[in-house]
Amino acid sequence: MPARPEFPAGLALDAHKQQATGLPIVELAPPAQVVLALDQGSGSTAQPVVAVGARVAIGTLVARAEDATAAAIHAPIAGIVIAIESRAAAAEGGHGVCIVIEGDGTATLDASIRPVPDLGTLDPAELVHRLRDAGIAGLGGAAFPTATKLAAARASGAQLLLLNGAECEPWICCDDLLMRSSAAEVVLGARILQHALGAARCVIAVEDDKPEAIAALRAALDGWDEAALSVAVVPAVYPQGAERQLVTAVTGSEVPSGSLPAQAGVLCQNVATAAAVARWARDGAPTMARIVTVTGSGVARPCNVRALLGTPLAALIDAAGGYQGKPLRLIAGGSMTGRALASDEVGLTKAMNCILVATSEDLGGSRGRREMPCIRCGDCAAVCPAGLLPQMLHRATLADDLQSMRRLGAHDCIDCGLCDYVCPSQIPLASRFRAARQTLRIADESARRANAAKASYERREQRQRAAAAAEQLALDTVRSRAGQDREAAAGRVGGTD
Amino acid sequence: MNPQAIGAAVAVAAVLATVIGLALGWAAARLVPDADPLVARIDALLPQTQCGQCQFPGCRPYALAIARGEADIDRCPPGGDATARALAALLDRPARPANPAYGVSKLAQVAWIDEERCIGCARCLPACPVDAIVGAARQTHTVIADQCTGCELCLPPCPVDCIELRPAPALLAGRYSMHRAA
Repeated sequence: MPARPEFPAGLALDAHKQQATGLPIVELAPPAQVVLALDQGSGSTAQPVVAVGARVAIGTLVARAEDATAAAIHAPIAGIVIAIESRAAAAEGGHGVCIVIEGDGTATLDASIRPVPDLGTLDPAELVHRLRDAGIAGLGGAAFPTATKLAAARASGAQLLLLNGAECEPWICCDDLLMRSSAAEVVLGARILQHALGAARCVIAVEDDKPEAIAALRAALDGWDEAALSVAVVPAVYPQGAERQLVTAVTGSEVPSGSLPAQAGVLCQNVATAAAVARWARDGAPTMARIVTVTGSGVARPCNVRALLGTPLAALIDAAGGYQGKPLRLIAGGSMTGRALASDEVGLTKAMNCILVATSEDLGGSRGRREMPCIRCGDCAAVCPAGLLPQMLHRATLADDLQSMRRLGAHDCIDCGLCDYVCPSQIPLASRFRAARQTLRIADESARRANAAKASYERREQRQRAAAAAEQLALDTVRSRAGQDREAAAGRVGGTD
Repeated sequence: MNPQAIGAAVAVAAVLATVIGLALGWAAARLVPDADPLVARIDALLPQTQCGQCQFPGCRPYALAIARGEADIDRCPPGGDATARALAALLDRPARPANPAYGVSKLAQVAWIDEERCIGCARCLPACPVDAIVGAARQTHTVIADQCTGCELCLPPCPVDCIELRPAPALLAGRYSMHRAA
């Protein structure tokens, strides 16, 4: 076996996973009410297609994807839409428009839910289309529509399907439990995605700290051609599960700055997404549930829960034994990249792989520690998996120097948070860089609009000049003709003299 | 003297003259420098709202006036302090904030026409400096939000006051200046 290529830097962190991996997955009963955020985590919103008062069944489409970065949303319970309004959500500002469905206690299925027949003979392009309709989105934490990624990868002729089972972030273990319990589903999903992509090879990458998951996958793969479908074991180094870093670890080639893994010939999908595809193929059911890790020192019995989308997080925390001790923060995601939530009334979204009820100790006792000046120690540069110089980028950010931000690769930051983690001065680097990327996006958009405005202003000026010239010409013609007439008249007068 | 040598010399001179003449002609037509590179560089720092608050009929005329030394660098409210600072840096003049006498910096905005109230008079069409209003006489008008700079020049001509300014699209809303010197 050749030496394993690896991405630069990274760091082995305390995993904190054993708390929740000991228990089997808890199946949560359907809640009385679901709160479905129109932004399921991809940063772009779906458009509601039901009105308040509408009756919906399980699997009824409630919000449609208007653009390629949002995924369709389906009702996970049967009942009545009681509100479409702004509620507490895992969005910037803590609020977002949600569809609220009150359950009627029945299990009425929507007529559209039927097993997908003749899957093997389905045209790959048609398959991508159906995956879009089924609202299949990346369950690894980004909730990006799988169909969009598939279409881009097909267009660029990607030949490798890389299933991401690395799950590198501390605390999160929902993919681990999924691979252990449903390895066959993951493999079936992999086969379907491979068919949709037309890829010859599929690799399922798992970190070496999940021996049970690796064994389960190997057992499920028994009999398959190793060249077409195989498991790759990668070292447990954070952020191994970040798309670009995983591509480098498995293929040895780096995804160039500014291009997507699909353009480098790789389609990356989470193992949970593959399992969701398999479920859809088997039952025809769109994505309406997911497995989520409910953990942290602030809950009594950390475990993994399979729950319907829109389930209030409070119900998930109850399933994990309820709050205990002194929870400091409720976080959607892990301790490195997770975002703090303002309330546990937020509904579960496709993007939430983990609910971390963190105490002060879980967060490294960061409470009360003050940010201090950068001492140029360079620790952040030593761990940055994207190969950036965070200390330099930070200076550019403070100086609001957009050119330097671009030059130092603000857009290549993957927001892993390692620079924050190692910074001895407790500088919130990752969030500064997030703000910097937003500043750059705004500058780009402003520049685009300014250029368009300048162009149409110049066109209008040209048009007005041409109109003025034409008017002048017409005026001159009239005048000169009038002059000739006068001369002629004068000539006649002179003639009679 | 050898008449052949004379002929050759004349021929060489003729060929050289033709080639050089063509090259010079091409260069004169294609390699002309911009009318005034300074005006273009000043113009590039202006927000292109074409709002006329600087008392010039658009961003380029203002840029021209700055380049000629006829106008100060602090007259652009949409660009605000950031633009004044960028202009100062470009022209190597002392930095100064935008002069509030010409107007105050506002949140990024776009015009919106209430189609219920629009009477289709077409008076706002020629007022728009960037052709962002679509419409014809006796037809309801509408604003192409993506092209609108929020200059407010369409407001005075409207006889029924059916145009209002709304926050710009999500990415730009909440920002004072639409433009930043990149």
